[in-house]
Amino acid sequence: MNLTQFSFEVGDNGVALAKFDAPERSMNTLTKAANEDIAAIVKEVIENEAIKGLVFTSGKKSGFCAGADLGEMTGLLALAQKAETPAEKEEVFNLAFGINKLFREMETCGKPVAIAINGLAMGGGLELALACHYRIVADDQPKLRLALPEGKIGLLPGGGGTQRLPRLMGIQAAAPYLLQGKGMKAQEAVAMGVCHATAPTAELVEKATEWVLANPNAKAPWDQDKFRVPGGVPNQHPGATQVLMMGNAMIVKETHGNYPAQKNILSCVYEGLQLPLDLGLKVESRYFAKTVATPEAQGMVRTLFQSLQDLSKGASRPEGVPKYEINKVGVVGAGLMGAGIAYVQAAAGIPTVLVDVSQESADRGKDYSKRIVDKAVKRGKMTQEKADALLGLITPTTDYDQLNGSDLIIEAVFENPELKAEITKKCEAQIADTAVMGSNTSTLPITGLAEASDRPDNFIGIHFFSPVEKMGLVEIIMGEKTSQETLAKAMDYVLKIRKTPIAVNDFRGFYTSRCFSTYTHEGITMLSEGIAPAIIENLGRQSGMPMGPLEVSDSVGLDTGLKIGRQMAAAEGVDYEADPLGALTAWIVEEKGRVGRKAGQGYYDYNEKGKPSEIWKGLSERIEVKTTEVSLEEREELIKRLLIRQGIEVARCFEEGVITDARDGDVGSILAWGFAPYTGGTVSYIDLKWGVAAFVAEADRLADAYGERFRPGAMLREMAEKGETFYQRFPPAGH
Amino acid sequence: MHDAYIFDAVRTPRGKGKNGSLHETTSLSLATQVLEALRDRNNLDTSKVDDAILGCVAPIGEQGSDIARIAVMNAGYDQKVAGVQIDRFCASGLEACNMAAAKVMTGEAEMAIGGGVEAMSRVPMGSNGGAWPVDPTSAINTRFVPQGVSADIIATKHGFSRDDCDAYAVESQKRAAKSWEEGRFSKSIIPVKDQMGGILLDHDEHMRPSADMQALAGLNPSFQMMGEMGFDAVALTRYPEIEKMNHVHHAGNSSGIVDGAAGVLIGNKEMGERLGLKPRARIKGFCSVGSEPTIMLTGPVDVTEKLLGKMKMDIKDIDLIELNEAFAAVVLRMMQHFDIPHDKMNVNGGAIAMGHPLGATGAMILGTMVDELERSDKETALVTLCIGAGMGTATLIERV
Repeated sequence: MNLTQFSFEVGDNGVALAKFDAPERSMNTLTKAANEDIAAIVKEVIENEAIKGLVFTSGKKSGFCAGADLGEMTGLLALAQKAETPAEKEEVFNLAFGINKLFREMETCGKPVAIAINGLAMGGGLELALACHYRIVADDQPKLRLALPEGKIGLLPGGGGTQRLPRLMGIQAAAPYLLQGKGMKAQEAVAMGVCHATAPTAELVEKATEWVLANPNAKAPWDQDKFRVPGGVPNQHPGATQVLMMGNAMIVKETHGNYPAQKNILSCVYEGLQLPLDLGLKVESRYFAKTVATPEAQGMVRTLFQSLQDLSKGASRPEGVPKYEINKVGVVGAGLMGAGIAYVQAAAGIPTVLVDVSQESADRGKDYSKRIVDKAVKRGKMTQEKADALLGLITPTTDYDQLNGSDLIIEAVFENPELKAEITKKCEAQIADTAVMGSNTSTLPITGLAEASDRPDNFIGIHFFSPVEKMGLVEIIMGEKTSQETLAKAMDYVLKIRKTPIAVNDFRGFYTSRCFSTYTHEGITMLSEGIAPAIIENLGRQSGMPMGPLEVSDSVGLDTGLKIGRQMAAAEGVDYEADPLGALTAWIVEEKGRVGRKAGQGYYDYNEKGKPSEIWKGLSERIEVKTTEVSLEEREELIKRLLIRQGIEVARCFEEGVITDARDGDVGSILAWGFAPYTGGTVSYIDLKWGVAAFVAEADRLADAYGERFRPGAMLREMAEKGETFYQRFPPAGH
Repeated sequence: MHDAYIFDAVRTPRGKGKNGSLHETTSLSLATQVLEALRDRNNLDTSKVDDAILGCVAPIGEQGSDIARIAVMNAGYDQKVAGVQIDRFCASGLEACNMAAAKVMTGEAEMAIGGGVEAMSRVPMGSNGGAWPVDPTSAINTRFVPQGVSADIIATKHGFSRDDCDAYAVESQKRAAKSWEEGRFSKSIIPVKDQMGGILLDHDEHMRPSADMQALAGLNPSFQMMGEMGFDAVALTRYPEIEKMNHVHHAGNSSGIVDGAAGVLIGNKEMGERLGLKPRARIKGFCSVGSEPTIMLTGPVDVTEKLLGKMKMDIKDIDLIELNEAFAAVVLRMMQHFDIPHDKMNVNGGAIAMGHPLGATGAMILGTMVDELERSDKETALVTLCIGAGMGTATLIERV
């Protein structure tokens, strides 16, 4: 045998040991080469009469296998996207079904097959394990997880996972593992019947070998007489039928029916479990082929898997700049943002000086971190020692001298240019010529703020999102004079605090705030048209956005919105209150004194827990509701308005040069403002869900019907003409 | 085309659940006793009956395998009488009568029986399964919610409060009790007999005439938990105008789960004359229609619009309306939409008080209307029911 990914040897006892050990990789993945090796191994085990059985294990400390190979998966997705003829679709099916056939051949080879799982087994790796007759799993690897995470990125487990897992666990128990990609630990896996035994890592192979020798006639449970799925099968057992019925509803509750993968996973379970396994696997492969062809799978894999990983590793960092060592960072302004930034820095081990005007305010900023770690200690997620060490890294002070020697200072005070200018000067006096001065502004142009700086090439926007400890994105804003070196340094900082950076150029509202604001704007425009607020809110959520436009406006703060809106309108020389959003916001804030969630009253009334209780009835003083119900077509139209409006703004950002890398557009939109994740982000929404030409035509139609804000710009038209996608025109930096 | 006439209508009383008087009677026996009564009351030469069509919504187990033909044989009808079981969910009994009428009108049959049977205590509702709620391709894409949640959508969307629904239920109980007191059902009721010929039940036993607002107020909403687990979210994808679902329905303002059977003898004039039968009502028209499936139970409005259009009639031309009381909000919505005064609607009470044996109810309330037109000396009645998966069926009759 000529194996490249596995080693293979047959012991004196006749048990073959296949050790998965992909060369030059820290983690095994199921590449084409690995699958070919498995096929060769299975063939050898079947044909070589001296072999009594087979044990799989891994040569990697990291575990058995992380699942399908990303690069190869991308190839399959591309093939599926292009497949139009029956023959092309059949090809995608055959690729998917090939792996099912291989695993099934192994499962029915007539000799016992065991697997010794010494760590992670994800996706296809777990599916291979499920096709073995015996699974023994390490009990001394705290990070060991077994999971089928495909559903999280728009795919479905296509290596038998949708068939074997529910046959082992029962449909109800298997559902969260299939639909949400939940991971299970070793003991859980045994308790739930997914694995047979646990053992210390060092003994796994030995025990697996013993089992193989003791069970020469091993058969999978479903190949034995009298096999019964735990909890039964839909349409045969009322309990299982009920589980499916509730599962269908719960999917809609969680996803509003926007994710094809989750629906198709449930269909695999529903249809497949009523069939013998061989036919169930065929059904699974068909649904797999159908799922990978969806724009949702295409977009989610690209953005939530590939681009997110790439950007989080610094893929868009300028090359040729040595890595910037960050040993001390100052944060000026200990409000909500500054306190959050101090926490994530300390959590990443960075000594942090937290400056505010009074010691009391500075201390309060540090208390933010204390509350987080106290909670973690209480829940057993952190030791007191680690908590103390983390807090020890934060020095709250009023003294700017304490900032001396910082590698980076981030100013996070009110959005007041004069105040920011003063702080910039005071900070720059404390730091080296090579250190970076950052501003955590969400709205003010960086170039303007940099005017206060003696070293504008070192000045950069570092825009965090709230709550800082939960939001994974940092938007880095390049002022006119900001150098590539400073960008590289800022990215090193963002990577060090384990967040994902995107780089944008300096325009008012940058990328995220500007595009996000079009969502609330469109929602409030609908309100002013007389569409019932409940319709707007429900359809906002059903479009895939995390909150309705009114609720999210309340969360940002209506007074904040008013202030920023007026600032921006003034800068553009337009009348803020001529716009329905401006007029309504001014009214609700200044005449009605309702400023949003923080005050318990905004577009919503809030209960004592701060949760929205109902939409404020007083809106009727100002809004005459004319649309009290919608047809399905009208529903689609409103959802389109909410999403396409954002897409148009994103396209404008590319056209104006605010943003230059399609990945930044997608990842930024999902991480910063929760843009409908099933689309793969704003850019993929245009590229994949519509295609640029169709998007332009639809946006033109909307512009004719609802206003020029939907009108596509020259760049979009040019792209439509050329048949160009955003990922072609704005490819990943360095490609 | 022939005119289709109703010559007779009978029904069993409705037995109440597993502790009720009919639990020990088979579905077949209920259907058989109905057919026997139609024959015996009318001295019917059964060889002249072409077909017996029986509605049954859970045709499985003892109700399975075409119970209509088995009942025809069991009742000792002439062997030439065919039998077919049909399922249009809650309107099956009425649809069976409409099909019998259609056969008569086209001349395929000269005399036929429409009716239905459902022993819900013996063959539970839903026990025959079905793809809609379970198969993800249909449940998710066509927005399935359970009927009770649909009824709560009607109440929320059209503004019926818990009190509105409870008040309607109290009135249904009052009307049913009064109708029994005055013997308004006596023309149609056939007591159910046991194996020895003894009377098991001679009245509707689900009624609670003493139910008042206070008693009903103590009942918990039945569909709130299901709604919160996910079906409210499904409802909101079709009815986003609903800010928050108001779950108002419970056992006291929804139809009762009961056992019963009914049959209606339908034929053309000539065959009626040959058999010495006196026509009691003419079937003027009927139809069915599909309606929005998530709210599911507004089909009576749609089908009434359709039928009135076909007949070129106005709702005001109709003297009496019988709409099955599946849930209080279903009837409240019908009255709201057409501005129907309550004294025309379900004048003798309905399924909230007396129960809803799914496959039989349509035929039962058709018979009730024949009796009531005669009793109150009125001309025209509309019978309609809301139906699972979003449908409506309606039948218009007039006295002759």
